[in-house]
Amino acid sequence: MIQLFLKEVNSFLDSLIAYIVIAVFLTGMGLLMWVFPDTNVLDYGYADMNTLFSLGPYVFMFLIPAITMRMLAEEQKSGTMELLLTRPLTDLQVILAKYFAGFFLVVFSILPTLIYYYSIHQLGNPVGNLDSAGIMGSYIGLILLGGVFTSIGIFTSSLSENQVVSFIVAVFLCFIVFSGFDSISGIGVWGDKALQIAQLGILYHYDAMSRGLIDSRDVIYFVGVTALMILLTKLKMESRKW
Amino acid sequence: MSVRVQNLTKTFGTQKAVDGISFSVEKGEILGFLGPNGAGKSTTMKIATCYLSPTKGEVKIADLDVVENAIEVRKKVGYLPEHNPLYLEMYVHEYLRFIGGLHKMKGTQLNDRVSEMIDLCGITEEQNKKIGALSKGYRQRVGLAQSLVHDPEVLILDEPTTGLDPNQIVEIRNLIKEVSKEKTVIFSTHIMQEVQALCDRAVIINHGEIVADSKVTDLKGSNDFDLIKLEFKHSINTAPLDALKGIQEIFTTVEGIYELKTDAGSDLRSEILALAAKYDWPLVGIQQVEGSLEEVFKELTQKEVKE
Repeated sequence: MIQLFLKEVNSFLDSLIAYIVIAVFLTGMGLLMWVFPDTNVLDYGYADMNTLFSLGPYVFMFLIPAITMRMLAEEQKSGTMELLLTRPLTDLQVILAKYFAGFFLVVFSILPTLIYYYSIHQLGNPVGNLDSAGIMGSYIGLILLGGVFTSIGIFTSSLSENQVVSFIVAVFLCFIVFSGFDSISGIGVWGDKALQIAQLGILYHYDAMSRGLIDSRDVIYFVGVTALMILLTKLKMESRKW
Repeated sequence: MSVRVQNLTKTFGTQKAVDGISFSVEKGEILGFLGPNGAGKSTTMKIATCYLSPTKGEVKIADLDVVENAIEVRKKVGYLPEHNPLYLEMYVHEYLRFIGGLHKMKGTQLNDRVSEMIDLCGITEEQNKKIGALSKGYRQRVGLAQSLVHDPEVLILDEPTTGLDPNQIVEIRNLIKEVSKEKTVIFSTHIMQEVQALCDRAVIINHGEIVADSKVTDLKGSNDFDLIKLEFKHSINTAPLDALKGIQEIFTTVEGIYELKTDAGSDLRSEILALAAKYDWPLVGIQQVEGSLEEVFKELTQKEVKE
């Protein structure tokens, strides 16, 4: 499994995908945080990183499916899936190796934004006047959200040999899971069930974490959705044996 | 180290790909697995390598069931899938090390084994190239090296020589022969010479059923007819040939060339020569073809399946 994980990471590095993803994410976030007039921190005047954490998920919504779309689809198409699955590896190990390779890249692209934290820390008046606990929670939330998106991407990659199909379905699913439930709950026909519906979506739990409160229920939600997606992927892969 | 297939059945939807086949292969044996396209060869091999599961029946490799002990079985089996899938963006030695790594090989053992395979398969000069840059013959060798890297006890090769030029076919065959001494080898093909050149035994399947399972030498003799090929300068009136005793059928494909199906063991060549002299036919060639494996194969696989 480690070998497969390393091979996946290597293939990111070889194929420029890693560099492009990291470069696009950081350029995009950098522009939003510091340059674009509507969202930049300097004009906003408050020492917080809200821009990163509120817009980051939308950037990930496109970038993560772009990373994961080929992971199983390409193996399926080129026949190398047969090669992998006739080695001493279980289906789950293959999926997890791919998942962690994608997740690794996501975490790796988030890490440089710690510089933003330092910059804003310095810009605060007085220096260091910012909500570190909230930012910490937001970072954990963003990383967990990256994990959920990666697992959705892996799942849709197993659905089709066609990478474009898998990309589009992944973007759609990520959108629905992230903010779809929240929007649906706002329709106003649900009565007192609205809260439960909102709780199905990521946004509810993500917002809770960005307040700096790491509630085990929120963590369980993120891990649960990820596990569910990986389980669905496993089912899909095992369906070849039915 | 044996492979045992018992009553194996595999259905895809309503279509039966493999229908209750049984055979076994012992250590040191090379089994040729023959059949027309779509006969169920690849499906059987995919089940034996734990990629698919049988619908009914079982496959045991070294007494380990492919469903219950999938991981153990996979450690013992080397597999070259049809069309030889490879990671084209990887370097040859990198790829072999990767596959070895998946088999939990490490350090010097892995390095030694990879170099050994590179030598054995004759890809020393190609080892630092990307697989995508290799020609088909070399890719096939990489595929074979990959299937051998963990020194498997059972080797399953799905059409290892398709698409190669005649020289490469001979090389790959020699390679298979070379490595097969200590292993059990099953390989599928639809090239008959290959079976004659390589195998001790052949299993022929058609429409998912076994139609023959015997020694290659026995198979050749199993025809109930011989063939005589005649070549004339131009076409002739074949009525006198038809009248000859022992002739079953006459085919003609190219003008002036006739194939005569005759009773097995009856050598009619001298009679035909006499006829040619009598009718003044411009005979330029005559050849008796012993029941070849091609003929046996045609005969066995063109029959409609029994209702």
